[in-house]
Amino acid sequence: MTKVIKRAAKPGLLLIPNQINHNMKKKILTVLGLALIICLGACGGSETSAPAAESAAAPASATKAPADYDPKRGEGKFDETNIKIGPLDAAMADKGKSIAATKCFSCHKTTDEKLVGPGWKGVTTRKTPHWIMNFITNPDPMIDKDPEVQAQLELCLVRMPNQNLSEDEARSILEFMRQNDGAH
Amino acid sequence: MYIKNFITPVLFLAAATVSVTSCKPKSAGTAVSGNAASKVYVPPGKYDEFYNFVSGGFSGQLSVYGLPSGRLLRVIPVFSVDPEKGWGYSEETKPMLNTSHGFVPWDDLHHVEMSMTDGQADGRWVFVNGNNTPRLARVDLKTFRTAEILELPNSAGNHSSPFSTENSEYIVAGTRFSVPPDDVNGDIPINSYKENFKGHISFVSVDKTNGEMKIAFQLKTPGVNFDLSHAGKGKSHDWFFFSTYNTEQANTLLEVNASRRDKDFIMAVNWKKAEEYVKAGKGKKHSVKYAHNTYDEATHTAKSAMENEVTVLDVADFPDIVYFIPCPKSPHGCDVDPTGEYIVGSGKLAALLPVFSYDKIQKAIAAKDFEQETYAGLPVIKYEAALYGEVQKPGLGPLHTEFDGKGNAYTSFFVSSEVVKWNIKDLKVLDRQPTYYSVGHLMIPGGDSKKPFGKYLVAYNKITKDRYLPTGPELSQSAQLYDISGDKMELILDYPTIGEPHYAQAVPAELIRDKQLKIFDINANKHPFVTKGEAEAKVVRQGNQVHVYITAVRSHFAPDNIEGVQLGDEVLFHVTNLEQDWDVPHGFGVKGAANGELLVMPGETLTLKWIPDRTGIFPIYCTDFCSALHQEMSGYVRVSPKGSTVPLRFSLGDKNEKPEPTVQ
Repeated sequence: MTKVIKRAAKPGLLLIPNQINHNMKKKILTVLGLALIICLGACGGSETSAPAAESAAAPASATKAPADYDPKRGEGKFDETNIKIGPLDAAMADKGKSIAATKCFSCHKTTDEKLVGPGWKGVTTRKTPHWIMNFITNPDPMIDKDPEVQAQLELCLVRMPNQNLSEDEARSILEFMRQNDGAH
Repeated sequence: MYIKNFITPVLFLAAATVSVTSCKPKSAGTAVSGNAASKVYVPPGKYDEFYNFVSGGFSGQLSVYGLPSGRLLRVIPVFSVDPEKGWGYSEETKPMLNTSHGFVPWDDLHHVEMSMTDGQADGRWVFVNGNNTPRLARVDLKTFRTAEILELPNSAGNHSSPFSTENSEYIVAGTRFSVPPDDVNGDIPINSYKENFKGHISFVSVDKTNGEMKIAFQLKTPGVNFDLSHAGKGKSHDWFFFSTYNTEQANTLLEVNASRRDKDFIMAVNWKKAEEYVKAGKGKKHSVKYAHNTYDEATHTAKSAMENEVTVLDVADFPDIVYFIPCPKSPHGCDVDPTGEYIVGSGKLAALLPVFSYDKIQKAIAAKDFEQETYAGLPVIKYEAALYGEVQKPGLGPLHTEFDGKGNAYTSFFVSSEVVKWNIKDLKVLDRQPTYYSVGHLMIPGGDSKKPFGKYLVAYNKITKDRYLPTGPELSQSAQLYDISGDKMELILDYPTIGEPHYAQAVPAELIRDKQLKIFDINANKHPFVTKGEAEAKVVRQGNQVHVYITAVRSHFAPDNIEGVQLGDEVLFHVTNLEQDWDVPHGFGVKGAANGELLVMPGETLTLKWIPDRTGIFPIYCTDFCSALHQEMSGYVRVSPKGSTVPLRFSLGDKNEKPEPTVQ
């Protein structure tokens, strides 16, 4: 993963995660707080069923993935059974490109160059299709749990936003990523 | 630790109350009991039980509190500009504050009423009134934003408003000040009040699907002051009750001259009859001018239309619409109990509280049990014929009454600074508790509806004095929360409010909480200047107007370098927030702009107008902390002299630079 990054972030901006939590204001805390809810919900160990959003920030750093997190699959509703890859659907890829123009290209290039987030080139060879689907539709819990994503966060310092992609939109973007990586 | 945090305020409260006992007759020292803190404590991360919508009075805005914590959740800009949120500053919101007088940046927001279905709040909209330049507004509870503002013709001081019939068939707006109607010459002597001044009450219909308001008709009445009102319920569904004062028709020193009569009136209006007459074409069209402003969520843009006609029924021409009921001494509150049978008139200067009976009113009308003397030609029901009974010696200066749904009424007393609980049936006083100080309105969640939630009561006080740490001559207003679940009311919390809170409403949180819109769908954005993705970002010159199609995402603007703007240009930044995640607004400010900021929600487009006043470099930046690189979210605009040869140019990042300017 790190091989793709051509430029490291400015050293002065490499805050450790705890500092990030202290320094940032409500937006970040809320996002992290929301992530925590999902996390707690998944763990099933929280004492209440509906914790509110303004509770404490989630731990942003962990060297290892939690035991119940599968880094090959990610976290979300997708796995091998519901994401099938076939021959490239060019029409679907076109649609994906146009959605990405609105929702993704502000931060990602289609080359391997980092903009705000990493470039997309090669992503479909590094990650499984269902991991990609899970990450782009359900980024917050994965940012908190996935060791490779956490390593990315330390370089980019911007949490990938949840862009509210529908399942259909996400699948189209995946098809465009495949096309971008030369699938046919 | 929590206990310790709460002991301090409790002690302070006790100390403060002891120090003012000299001017308060009540034993205020016992006002707070030991477990008050636990009753209002909402732990971090937990939600309040009720949403509480509170008028912001002369701030012109509507505040939203959580109960029982008293936490301020939001201030919704309505009638006044709000530079914090860009309300009235962005090009898209300016039309919302348009009136027949032009752009009016302020009003005095008094009363709050939820939209109703079957006599209960349905959680769809909140209606509020503008008292100064008469207006009604509708706030959408999906977005907590003002969706519509309707000006009211023939009116001056929209005070008796915005009360709702049981299914929000109508929201009423009764004029506080009678004035000459808009379509006659108003350039007349003020002391010709009795001949020339008229009252008007607007009945504003509400579209069941989209909430859009329309003045269905107005009732033209004798010239008096309309103060407050409430619709009937259940059996009295077809009726509306308005308190009146200055039935003396004085035009000067009202403090004395409008207080001469022993009794003013509650005006009972059969609105169903009025509706029938209007449907039968009996109304007269009058030529007037009033603004109707609506906000379109798809285009993120408001429009203001000028209406020019209103249908008026002169009540003098229709004998069975209006009946006057004598009510002691300048009645203020006019409140109907949950059954619809009892109407409480609160005479501001009276030493007793009359309760009228709907059934008796109907009998009196049928039997023509009227006073010999009419009022301006209209029937006056005999006081005893309409009266159910009087609450004797309830307190001094009764103002407003709310209900708990358990057969009790709670009335605020301004002069004696107390809330008094009394039984509606036997009219006996059950409890009285001091307020700090001079309570005006009071509110029980659902307390003016068919089904009150009789757990809490909030007193909205007019005077604050020593309740909080002093802040110079100007103090925030004060609210006090009482637990009314037991026999005795229990004061459990003091908290400051914005502006001057008049009326308020509260509903269980679950009625609204899960309906919240979290983002605007960028794909559904139909703003004419939307930029759906950075590839569409551009700068376009049209004469001396420069349109900047600019996007915001964590954490940069595209474009962020703009050159070729000239002195004399009008620059319009159309900022589209490309985020699609909840609670990630981006702000936008530009140095030297004689304007507010923009605060752009995810998926939304808003426009900031800037007319540069000098040449040079002007930073732009995101004003709302958005990410770890928020401080980097900025850019520059270069302003050159008029006629400069610097080409129009925009870029983001060296590699993305687009050297060719777009010129139309």
